[in-house]
Amino acid sequence: MAKFIRKKGKGAQRINTASLPDIIFMLLFFFMVSTTMRETEVKVQVKVPEASEVKKLEQKKLVSYIYIGRPVGPLQGLYGSEPMIQLNDKLVNKEGIAEDEVQDFVLFEREQLAEIDKSRMTVSLKIDEDIPMGKVDDVKQALRRAKALIINYSAQREYEDQGRL
Amino acid sequence: MADIAFLLLIFFLVATTMDVDTGITRLLPPIPEEEQDTEVKVNKRNVLVVLINRSDQLMVRGEFGTRLDELKRITMEFFTNPNNSQDLPEMENKEVEFPPGSSSMLPPDGVWRGQVSKGVISLQNDRSTTYGKYLQVQNELVAAVNQLRNDFCELYFDKEYDELNENNPVEKEIKEGIREIYKMNISEATPKNIQGL
Repeated sequence: MAKFIRKKGKGAQRINTASLPDIIFMLLFFFMVSTTMRETEVKVQVKVPEASEVKKLEQKKLVSYIYIGRPVGPLQGLYGSEPMIQLNDKLVNKEGIAEDEVQDFVLFEREQLAEIDKSRMTVSLKIDEDIPMGKVDDVKQALRRAKALIINYSAQREYEDQGRL
Repeated sequence: MADIAFLLLIFFLVATTMDVDTGITRLLPPIPEEEQDTEVKVNKRNVLVVLINRSDQLMVRGEFGTRLDELKRITMEFFTNPNNSQDLPEMENKEVEFPPGSSSMLPPDGVWRGQVSKGVISLQNDRSTTYGKYLQVQNELVAAVNQLRNDFCELYFDKEYDELNENNPVEKEIKEGIREIYKMNISEATPKNIQGL
């Protein structure tokens, strides 16, 4: 019986932390590998709609991004609150010639691709759900003229599917 | 050591964006090479006209106020014409080749003989329609066609359409065959200002 009593008196044992750095390193490597750095700073507010038929966009190198939305808070003083188009990284801020800009942008982006991929170029449209279609359609016409016909309407998968039936 | 690792860990935690890009992929129609002044004549029963007005209300086949959750059913009915109705699109006979022996429901040569729809969906929206609504409607139309393809695929190949792998030549051929049978015929007119409606 004496054995048991002695053990009790010792108090709680400290956890062995020798393996802690290993665990942390493992997590670290996981995040390092899975990280994709944000390449573009989004200057317009975009809340993409939800849809049930969304597919994953494969092969990111073939994709160019066009954002349409209202400028984010701090930029509203500069650009106002009208919907604007952002091509990869830059805002198109002149009215009227936006379509030409889109066309030039697509042609430029296509130049960057390898010859074999040019026909498979995809344009991802990240458009806020409250934007009127007029603006969207101008962009679509510009894409048609630039012969960028594969487009992807960016959308989130809707999860509350059972609510609609 | 652990401190440095922690620091790096927190950095990557903050810098990570784990979002995968998802969306609905569509093909835009090419701009015709020369001006076509002859409009393509399409039989009225072969067209499903879907209109979205400026206040995001739907009008399908001349009926105003169609609910969004009815659209998928209407579209599927439109493409299959189950009762051979005179108002729904004509069906035409078609032969589609599948890889021989890929399905027990097909004859040994793998040729599917059946009827496919001549139907086309015409989607029109106002310039003030919100993009969110437009995409929801697109989504329902795409969902209807996907459902038809999936049903066919499950019936004949005992597999889901989405499970077919594009990199496998046999499955790719199956996929292309099914796409032949159920085409995603959505024509989009350039939006006009549909007044009132």
